[in-house]
Amino acid sequence: MTTHPTLAAIDRYAAADPGLDEATVWSLEVHLEECADCRARLAGGTTDGSRALIDRVAQELDREIAAGPAPARRRWFRPAVRHRWAVAALLPWVSMTISVLAAAALLGHWMPSLPSFVLLVAPLAPLPGVAAAWSRRADPAWELIAGTPAAGLTMVLRRTAAVLALVIPALAVTGMAGAGTPTALMLLPSLAFTAATLLLGSLIGVRRAALGLMGVWTAAVVAPSLAVAELPVVLEPASAGVWAAVTAVLAALIFLRADSFRRLTSY
Amino acid sequence: MRAVSEAETATTIHPWAVQAEALQVKAGRHLAVDGLDLALGTGVHGLLGPNGAGKTTLMRALATVLKPAGGQLTLLGQPVDGRADLRSVRRALGYLPQHFGFYPRFTVREFVSYMAWLKEMPKAAIPAATQRAIDRVGLAAKADARLKTLSGGMLRRAGIAQAIVNDPQVLLLDEPTVGLDPEQRLDFRELLRDIGTDACVLVSTHLVEDVAAACTEVVLVNEGRLVWQGTPTQLTAQGDASHAGDSAAERGYSAILRRSRAEAAR
Repeated sequence: MTTHPTLAAIDRYAAADPGLDEATVWSLEVHLEECADCRARLAGGTTDGSRALIDRVAQELDREIAAGPAPARRRWFRPAVRHRWAVAALLPWVSMTISVLAAAALLGHWMPSLPSFVLLVAPLAPLPGVAAAWSRRADPAWELIAGTPAAGLTMVLRRTAAVLALVIPALAVTGMAGAGTPTALMLLPSLAFTAATLLLGSLIGVRRAALGLMGVWTAAVVAPSLAVAELPVVLEPASAGVWAAVTAVLAALIFLRADSFRRLTSY
Repeated sequence: MRAVSEAETATTIHPWAVQAEALQVKAGRHLAVDGLDLALGTGVHGLLGPNGAGKTTLMRALATVLKPAGGQLTLLGQPVDGRADLRSVRRALGYLPQHFGFYPRFTVREFVSYMAWLKEMPKAAIPAATQRAIDRVGLAAKADARLKTLSGGMLRRAGIAQAIVNDPQVLLLDEPTVGLDPEQRLDFRELLRDIGTDACVLVSTHLVEDVAAACTEVVLVNEGRLVWQGTPTQLTAQGDASHAGDSAAERGYSAILRRSRAEAAR
């Protein structure tokens, strides 16, 4: 806590009194930098000479600012640097996913005898985007990024959220467009698979986890149900509660493995 | 009045910036660093060793991107093995990996300031720090050129700029002189000496003459272990005319390696 200098000292400083020693001037200036009240007192004690000088400086500055180049205009169409990578890396995968969903919806429309394609591939829909969000192939600077303090679960979740923000509406729209496909069964399995990818990815790498899960689902569920032309039990309306529970458990487990997203093993 | 937190009263002076005891690090399934003891203080340290000696794996462990499989590793007085919180240590780290990946469409300035943002620097300090880092590596004329238009040597320098943008206390450079021409190497040595006056710099390289010229200390590893540690002058004193090499430092290097291999064979 500092004490305010006396009004007399401020007046002497304003008048540039040669009797003030350097140490006093320094401590006065340090105080003036921090204390608005004393600056106001100093302004009150300024001499006419100083006032004239300040006016002249202000006029000179105004003239130079008017003569100089105009400030650069903000470019509205240039997205923040940190978003541009995400757009370049994630958009191709996400748009591919959405086209596959549209194709599946069309197939389901033309071949009503087969089980709903959309429902069968919906759980895998976010996985290509999630794999691209945290992989050595999609992110050339992966090793640099892995070593920064910002890397970690928060960053993975932010990128995953960006993917989900695009894929989930697409899923919901296709689900509502196709007759007889419950929206909960379109969304919950895809969330469960996203959580499973991140959890498994913390052990073996997100890209490998996504590829593995896609392979397992295709071999264990999609292929048999197309062969027998019947929806599997896991995609019956009654199993929605189970999918919700599985999603919650997997999501909780991810937070226990949070620190492995700071290391290279998750890439 | 306010309470002073424990973090503020903690000592900021530690005997070693980098300290490893019986450190083990895996590269894949293979233990590339096996029982390494190392202590590095302020200064420029050259990391030498043959191919496959575990240099890059050691650098990655020091950059905290690989988790040690065993032993103890302390950076700036904080343990970074196991489940430690790496965030505060990483803010004081600079790292240039051997395979320096970059975004081709970013300009040098955008790339360096993006890395500064990832290193959680205060937002207001980023533009000035970026400009300073680019100036220090001599890329000011190319600051607004896209990375894909730069030559190999310029890319390396952009990589060094992103490593030093946060004024790191521990700077890890893995093969930074690859692609630099002789004049740029001289400038680079000057920069290393400058940074090494108040930070711990570890430079991994194949070029023995770089180490002899720019480093205050030489660290020699082979097969995942520390073989020798000393000053460049001591290194040159190790070899004599009977050892392979074109300079005194190279002869010293091959003399130490030969001795360590003979000991390992026994």
